[in-house]
Amino acid sequence: MELQSVLPILGGLISVVGALFLLLAAIGIIRMPDVYNRMQTGTKATTLGSILFLLGIGIAEPHWLGKIVLLIMFIVFTNPISSHVLARAAHFRGIPLAEGTVRDCLADDEAGEQGVCE
Amino acid sequence: MANLLFYVALSIALLAVVISFFRLLIGPSVADRTVALDGMTIISISVITAAAFFLGRVIYIDVALVYALISFLGVIAIARFIERGL
Repeated sequence: MELQSVLPILGGLISVVGALFLLLAAIGIIRMPDVYNRMQTGTKATTLGSILFLLGIGIAEPHWLGKIVLLIMFIVFTNPISSHVLARAAHFRGIPLAEGTVRDCLADDEAGEQGVCE
Repeated sequence: MANLLFYVALSIALLAVVISFFRLLIGPSVADRTVALDGMTIISISVITAAAFFLGRVIYIDVALVYALISFLGVIAIARFIERGL
């Protein structure tokens, strides 16, 4: 088989795997118990899913690969920042953690306690 | 064959957008809704890129890049609003 006919199928398979990660992220956003858990699944899983999905399209159309790598870099750099800012804002607003949470290191830090977090 | 795989991937991503939208509707606090909105926009970037693939136009990837930029700035602005007001 030639390379020209293998590359789109390989890209399609990678894109399907990425789309499954995006679906897992959406299910996590629905199912997780509190804001912080939702934020975690909504950031990490969508980052990995977007990387795989866009990389699959870049493999299927190799002359678009430059712009797609630029898009992937943008998502990788900005997604953790927005999640961090949002989690910090929610914590300062006083939105409660889920039941069964073991440790809240940021609250300990504000109270001036020396906990196991050090 | 390859187009069929990309159709399957696009369908799954659109389903993910619809599932995230329910959290946007029922989320108890502002932060929940913002998390759902953030997830929806990140997934929509992949959907826009798939549209660029099917239509064969590279310019739509620029649209996805600008969409990602506006989504990032929007989430930062909403987080600042949650933290200390406008």
